Amino acid sequence: MVIRTLQSDTDHPAPGHSEDTLPGLTDALALGLTAQEYELICEKQGGQAPNQVELAMYSLLWSEHCAYKHSKKLLRTLPTEGEHVVMGPGENAGAVDVGGGLVCAFKVESHNHPSAVEPFQGAATGVGGILRDIFAIGARPIAVLDSLRFGEIGNRRDDQRVRYLLDGAVAGIGHYGNSIGVPTIGGEVYFEGPYEHNCLVNAMALGLAPREQLIRSAAAGPGNVLILFGASTGRDGIGGASVLASAELGEGDDDKRPTVQVGDPFEEKKLLECSLELLQLGLIVSLQDLGAAGLTSSASEMASKGEVGIDIDIARVPLRESGMQPFEVMVSESQERMLCVVEPHNVEAVMALCEKWEVNGAAIGTVTDTQRMRVLDGGVLVGDMPVRALVDDCPLYDIHPQKPVDPVYPPPLATLAEGLDANATLLALLASSNIASRRPLFEQYDSIVQSRTVRRPEQADAAVLLLPDGSALGVSIDCNGRRVAADPRWGTVEAVLECAANLACVGAEPLGTTNNLNFGNPEKPHIAWQLTEAVRGLGEACRALDAPIVGGNVSLYNEGASGPIYPTPVIGMVGRLPDARRAGRLGFASEGDQIALVGPFAPDLQAGELHKLLGQQLPEGLAPIDIAAVRATQQAVRDAVRAGALSSGHDIAEGGLAVALAECCLAGGIGARIELGEDLLEANTTAFALLFGEGAGGFVLSGPAAAMEELSRQAPLQVLGVVGGAVLEISHARVARHSGVASTIHLTLAELRDAHGALAEYF
Amino acid sequence: MKFGILQFPGSCDEVDALNAAARVGDAELIWHRDRDLKGADAIVVPGGFSYGDYLRAGAIARFSPAMESVIEFAREGGLVLGICNGFQVLCEAHLLPGALLPNANLRFTFRQVQLEVLNSGGSFTRACALDERLSIPAKHCWGRYYADERTLQEMDASGQFVLRYAPGENFNGSLHDIAGVCNEQGNVFGMMPHAEHAVDDLTGGSADGLKIFQSMRMSVEGALAR
Repeated sequence: MVIRTLQSDTDHPAPGHSEDTLPGLTDALALGLTAQEYELICEKQGGQAPNQVELAMYSLLWSEHCAYKHSKKLLRTLPTEGEHVVMGPGENAGAVDVGGGLVCAFKVESHNHPSAVEPFQGAATGVGGILRDIFAIGARPIAVLDSLRFGEIGNRRDDQRVRYLLDGAVAGIGHYGNSIGVPTIGGEVYFEGPYEHNCLVNAMALGLAPREQLIRSAAAGPGNVLILFGASTGRDGIGGASVLASAELGEGDDDKRPTVQVGDPFEEKKLLECSLELLQLGLIVSLQDLGAAGLTSSASEMASKGEVGIDIDIARVPLRESGMQPFEVMVSESQERMLCVVEPHNVEAVMALCEKWEVNGAAIGTVTDTQRMRVLDGGVLVGDMPVRALVDDCPLYDIHPQKPVDPVYPPPLATLAEGLDANATLLALLASSNIASRRPLFEQYDSIVQSRTVRRPEQADAAVLLLPDGSALGVSIDCNGRRVAADPRWGTVEAVLECAANLACVGAEPLGTTNNLNFGNPEKPHIAWQLTEAVRGLGEACRALDAPIVGGNVSLYNEGASGPIYPTPVIGMVGRLPDARRAGRLGFASEGDQIALVGPFAPDLQAGELHKLLGQQLPEGLAPIDIAAVRATQQAVRDAVRAGALSSGHDIAEGGLAVALAECCLAGGIGARIELGEDLLEANTTAFALLFGEGAGGFVLSGPAAAMEELSRQAPLQVLGVVGGAVLEISHARVARHSGVASTIHLTLAELRDAHGALAEYF
Repeated sequence: MKFGILQFPGSCDEVDALNAAARVGDAELIWHRDRDLKGADAIVVPGGFSYGDYLRAGAIARFSPAMESVIEFAREGGLVLGICNGFQVLCEAHLLPGALLPNANLRFTFRQVQLEVLNSGGSFTRACALDERLSIPAKHCWGRYYADERTLQEMDASGQFVLRYAPGENFNGSLHDIAGVCNEQGNVFGMMPHAEHAVDDLTGGSADGLKIFQSMRMSVEGALAR
């Protein structure tokens, strides 16, 4: 006989509680389910209304955040296979072979809504969560990168909230990463109007493991024991997944504050070491971390993958608060917890290891062959659901893309006067929030713990990590959301190419890609169009580069009363270079080196940083990109870096050629004398387009003349000038004027550095 | 010559210290619950966030069984090097005078810094020249060295100021730009910058940190020879 207990009144009445009756449709709607979904759930429960434990669990597992209802069909179109792929999408993280018997696990995830409510803990627990995903598959975390988006920042705006979010998020990332001993080696941050009310905090992590130590999460072996280890369970984040991640943020989101989780990196460090030692000793059958929706999602997904059932007795879960209801225990998002499946004869050894590392360890359930997820409270059955229904049978929805007729976003606020000369324009760009030096941020991160870091932030276009055999990993994370807004397909292609270009500059060849799709409400046709086109561009570019997707994350409903965020498909890419000592650098190095512009660079001012500062509206589309030509140039640059032929390499991105040249001078502490030749000027509409226009495929390289000569046979190459002095000077073969304004540049390193240091005032 | 590297729950740079020491001699990790120092000739208390920096950085680590053995070892003249969190632990254990306070800017800061060697005759710097500059990465939140005026005068008179941030390099506000100090006997030394990272140009920004470990080896071997 099945006994169903009702939730009795306590200090913490459950959401949607109805006195002495089962929860009904109203409660289901309040938890974020639709009427049709509720009906389907009743069907799955054998024609009976689910009780509170069951309804809470369905509402979380059938939320957008857990089930990917609106994106799964699209994601299935992405390329996920390749010669280096060892673990593809579907597990806690993906992994690629990096030689020497080792694999590199990596993934990016978002923690957007919690960070908008409480930036320090939101960002910190975002880092904690992604790290757990890495060691959940058996890899030791070796690096973190972060990708952040906030509203506009600057002295003429009311930007207190942005400054608060920026400060909190950076501090939170630093706090968690530094304390747990994983270096934060790179990242990016953009400040744009559409992120004002919906900030983005995406965290990427990498890990290293011997191939045979990789473990999957499928629960197996009826009769095996389910052990929960790590921190104790409290009321953190209850309802987080369904309440926050699947809904737009609106007025009164102060009352969402209790739903943000609180992280403890010290607990996670102990948990990490315990997990890795358990794996090294071969004591566990499978491993899963607890993230969004806590025990509910972890246990259910383990059971689903293994096609088994699981019984959990919540009375055995170590709690940190008294009087917790069964559903609270099942949906708690308390951090720093893992689940493992253990054969009965190993349970004692597992408990002993938990004791050594001073983490809680408790046998809370068993694997069964019932294929049902059963929740008990001290032996009394309080919830009983088919695993398939919970995890696999959630309905998937088509989205209905429609290209918008009217602009979706208002033009950016103008902060630069028209008619400034090239000198003033370059200084304004260097000081602008999307380009200025990120040193005040990354100096808050330990980027060298574990002694693998060969290239630190601002030393090269990609971070570089040493591998035991002397080769190295190159890593980059990129996305310009404003350019994706201008053209979701080509803007996304550009983001993928940007990552690969950064890798090329250090000599790395792409092995695999991860992505976090941050978008607005996909039920709106223009957002559906953005998402569909972006996924199209993502697939196209990853296929062309042989850099398959090994895993990722989707964050939807990032919009509010003021409108949606820019479509922001954040791309993370990992590559390998054979000799760490030959890793490329971004700064000019030697007096007398030639400087060259390399690649099929076709600069356009539209959708670029200069047009943003001038308050120009986005264009309707970007020019198509010849992906094959860009790829060929990336290969040529990569080969030249590997051969040790070049002194420096930097890809051209925000702010265009002049900004890239300035960045190379600043990183190298040396000037340059550039003369823009006739053919370059003729190929461009104006001198300003050549100096500040943006687009994929361009690199600024420096090195001996012979090396440039050699490279010119592999890729389009124009010699621009020579390294030397303490000034950046850009002149023209003939006097060129841009609507009557001087387009030559003559700035000292000190002037460049001064402008470039603009973000320091915010910290 | 054998280095013993302590390992607490929350230590981060102990493996880096182990690998640095292993370039100079034998090196082994010592678990915080063990009292046995495994015949180490010198002890390294590493960087990180032992015990989550609960209460105060280093406050709990100093009570661990391993640290109790280290305190005895130090009292008997054994060489003890504390780096960053290790320096904090040694101050908490009263093996070194003074304390490490929050950085002046109240933020964790990571920078490669230039240090000046003020005292090159001691056990930890004899491989360095006087006034030599060392390029070492520093990364901490609580690194501002403080001692009262009288203590500072005594330390100065006894040659206990060993390393100093070069002009313009002191980002944490340490009094007298102090980056590293030793005790009166000269056998216990604490420094905030991470010597264990600067042992390889490729990843450490320099190999200057190796000199600290080499100095310790020279001291141990010199003492054994006598």
